[in-house]
Amino acid sequence: MRTVHFDHRNHARDAAFPSPFHSRQAQHNRMKEWSRWSDYLSVPAYWCADMEYFAGRNACGVFDLTPMIKHRVSGPDALPYLNRLVTRDVAKIKPGRVGYSVWCNEQGRVLDDGTIFHFDEGDYRICSQERQIDWFLTSAQGFDVDVREETHDVAGLALQGPTSFAVLNALGLAGVETLTPFGLTTFDFAGASLTVSRTGFTGDLGYELWVDPDHAETLWDRLFEAGELHGIRAMGSQALDLLRIEAGFILAGIDFLPAWEAVRPSHTRSPFELGLGWLVNFDKGLFTGRRALLEEHERGSRYRLVKLDIAGNKPAKDAYVFGGDGKVIGTVTSAMWSPSAKASIALASVETPHGESGEELDVEIYYQRELKWHRVMARARVVDKAFWDPPRRRQTPPAKF
Amino acid sequence: MSTKYNAIVIGAGHNALTSAAFLARAGMKTLVVEKNDYIGGATVSLETYRKDWKYSNCSYVASLLRPEVYRSLKLAKYGLQIVPYGGGATFSQNGDYIGRYVDPDISRREVARHSQRDAHATERFDRDVMRQARFIRQFLLRTPPDPTSFRPRDLLELLYTARAALDLGEDLIYDTMRFYTMSIADFLDEYFEHPLIKASHAGSGIIGSAMGVMSPGTAYVLLHHAMGDVDGSMGAWGFARGGMGAVAQAMHDCFIDLGGRVQIGQGVSRIIVKRGRAVGVALENGDEHYADVIVSGLTLPHTFLECMEASDLDAGFLDRVRHFKIRGSSGKLNIALDGPPRFTALPEGSELARGDLHFVDTMERLERAYDDWKAGTWSKDPYIDLLIPTMTDPSMAPPGKHFMSVFVQYVPPKVDGKDWTDAQVAAFGQNVVNRIEEYAPGFKDLILHMEVRTPRELENEIGLTSGNIFHGELTMDQLSFNRPLPGYAQYRGPVKGLYLCGSSTHPGGGVMAAPGANAAREILGDLRRINTVPEGWLDD
Ligand SMILES: Cc1cc2nc3c(=O)[nH]c(=O)nc-3n(C[C@H](O)[C@H](O)[C@H](O)COP(=O)(O)OP(=O)(O)OC[C@H]3O[C@@H](n4cnc5c(N)ncnc54)[C@H](O)[C@@H]3O)c2cc1C
Repeated sequence: MRTVHFDHRNHARDAAFPSPFHSRQAQHNRMKEWSRWSDYLSVPAYWCADMEYFAGRNACGVFDLTPMIKHRVSGPDALPYLNRLVTRDVAKIKPGRVGYSVWCNEQGRVLDDGTIFHFDEGDYRICSQERQIDWFLTSAQGFDVDVREETHDVAGLALQGPTSFAVLNALGLAGVETLTPFGLTTFDFAGASLTVSRTGFTGDLGYELWVDPDHAETLWDRLFEAGELHGIRAMGSQALDLLRIEAGFILAGIDFLPAWEAVRPSHTRSPFELGLGWLVNFDKGLFTGRRALLEEHERGSRYRLVKLDIAGNKPAKDAYVFGGDGKVIGTVTSAMWSPSAKASIALASVETPHGESGEELDVEIYYQRELKWHRVMARARVVDKAFWDPPRRRQTPPAKF
Repeated sequence: MSTKYNAIVIGAGHNALTSAAFLARAGMKTLVVEKNDYIGGATVSLETYRKDWKYSNCSYVASLLRPEVYRSLKLAKYGLQIVPYGGGATFSQNGDYIGRYVDPDISRREVARHSQRDAHATERFDRDVMRQARFIRQFLLRTPPDPTSFRPRDLLELLYTARAALDLGEDLIYDTMRFYTMSIADFLDEYFEHPLIKASHAGSGIIGSAMGVMSPGTAYVLLHHAMGDVDGSMGAWGFARGGMGAVAQAMHDCFIDLGGRVQIGQGVSRIIVKRGRAVGVALENGDEHYADVIVSGLTLPHTFLECMEASDLDAGFLDRVRHFKIRGSSGKLNIALDGPPRFTALPEGSELARGDLHFVDTMERLERAYDDWKAGTWSKDPYIDLLIPTMTDPSMAPPGKHFMSVFVQYVPPKVDGKDWTDAQVAAFGQNVVNRIEEYAPGFKDLILHMEVRTPRELENEIGLTSGNIFHGELTMDQLSFNRPLPGYAQYRGPVKGLYLCGSSTHPGGGVMAAPGANAAREILGDLRRINTVPEGWLDD
């Protein structure tokens, strides 16, 4: 059942609504702490963020994705519509495939990023962090396409980690082993349709499961049954955040400011400035922001989002980044001690020409020991590769370990 | 009787008191003269009904008050507390409403209840209004440059303005030009589809203005209501605890502590000019006071047309004063209630009852309300900004009883070109009461006392020319270096020794204290005294 209701005047009594998985989350939530994620209650950590993180890297973790904003795009013009909307060539995302993309405003500044699920010819879903409907409908003018938000009509779980395939296998999803990364398929499940995509936000083997809210609890229960011998754990948003930083994935509102919200337009970023130039296709024809991006492509960008491998063992949260001459050239946007890479890692936005792969920079780290604050300058090297990118992530059929 | 001061400030409005306090702090022997038996002007709380009942007789909510002045004059120490109220509702004729909640997620869902698209568009709307607010805020505590002068300070100030504009980025410069000239109706059309949602935003575009929602220039008026903040929460409004008079009272007490003197109950009948220099004031009772500088906190026309001899002023200047756009368009009801009214559309116990309430659901109705004003009568279906401060503030009425403040737009300065009669004032008040009763049946029976104010009362009591609440219309031709008149935006009058510090000057009306502070800075500069006026805080 849809759990978010605001079509009546009394909705204001609830600052957030339970997710369709709420009853099950509550059973696992030993910490009894809830946070708000857009319209929903979400769990920051069920029992220990670090342990949940390790479940995600060592066995598998289950994360409630329902609050992600979902839009359905369908109709004869769905493909041309999407191709005008986003920067990449959507024609390359075939039915049964998922593609990551960004979309921009006229100035080529990123509004948001998200995944495009191609179900059938002319039928797509876009999953994103932020709400989009005003812009998506504005962009729909002149296209024979139906665009609507379906956030509350779809419940979603991320199942991430090396044993995730084994769990789905135990769940009896025949043929799931053939799913390649970014593949998408549906199964009959307890009388409903279960959509499974080999996608995720952790940079590891993992899947995302989508079902109508009526079957959410059943899905959770069956998943945990199937996963019992495979180390399955409920995972909160804190653990997920650690996993995604290691994978080098950016987050709207953290690593970049969606242009929707930018009171200061100079604080926005282009796809190039987020290291997402590979998503910009100038050959596919016109898309919103193309002219500005072409200009930027020729003239050069002002910023670069980089991955930093930082010397020492202190996480560089919110740190300033210094160039060789001691000038501030940027700031860290996300940082952590990576238990899997055994390194202090960070994502940072720096001014060009800084940020070339291999460049040595410095970061200023503040840290506290028993209420006493210390400051260190640490060497930081710009690296290309994600901090965590195991081969099992791509292996098909996946291993069962 | 005659005494010599360093400065005489005319009128004890909040701007005059602000000016006076900064002058006194610089060591100037300063006198404030006020015609009424009470201070505050349009920032006043009187015990109009009973001793244990305070009204905010004119202004009723605070947001624009410059925090720099608040802090510098230690208004907190002098008892001022501003408490945010948050939220509000706009009621529609079909028995529904759109609420604005303190919580942004709840607010968003409330908009989505009417239009999912508008809920998302609200982000863009808020962002764009915030962009404009951020731009304009940096000029509030600065004297506008004279764009025709080549004095270094004007050139520097022009440069500052240009730099701030360039900082906006190219697209924002276009947006800004459009924003300052658009109607609020056109502006809202660029964001929203739902009539009720548009109507709920439109009110701030017309409050205090003799323009309709479809008149060019009203988008700026919205900004004038959105550029303030309560403790950094931009666009938020709050109550001065104990009524708006608490603002003026705190300024007054600060001024007195600094050695200032306030004389109430005697208005200035004439500003005395000798050999081309303002040297003193003559009061209604014949007393004369002399000072090095004379500072007027009255409206522009009031200062020059009523308190000065034509022979002391240039004819061309006076002519421009006569054409200053200052048209009354607002009225107010102050009501003592036996208990809280019950708005049928609101769920029991809704927090929205503590916010600002409005009763309009289309732009067309708002424009019709303006049509009545143009036709020389009060709006039959007016725009109403209704608040019950006592839902938040326990200090204004006995427990369980309430003070209701009802601001009404539009109310003409004259009815059919003739002065208001008492019967008309009563009929105007009754019409508003009837309107509210439609949304809160039983409300009428709760009324213990009611004060009705039209532009006539506002002009007679406070000296607001034509009853205009902002001391002059807030349109591009009368803003920044054109306020109040081109060439006179730097707080100096046309006569040496004469200054203006009221809301007719930049940055205009509202309980803001910026005109008063800016004027004091100019005066202290001219007198080569130490500057006691704080600089504006920047947001970045
Ligand atoms: C009904 C109403 C509601 C309002 N609501 C709000 C609101 O909610 N929030 C907000 O921010 N703003 C509001 N405003 C606007 C705001 O109150 C005014 O713009 C502001 O208070 C003006 O302050 P001032 O010091 O410039 O002048 P005023 O307050 O007008 O002060 C002028 C003073 O001069 C005195 N005076 C007049 N003639 C003479 C004379 N000859 N000699 C000596 N003294 C004289 C007057 O009595 C008065 O005290 C409202 C205004 C009105 C009228």
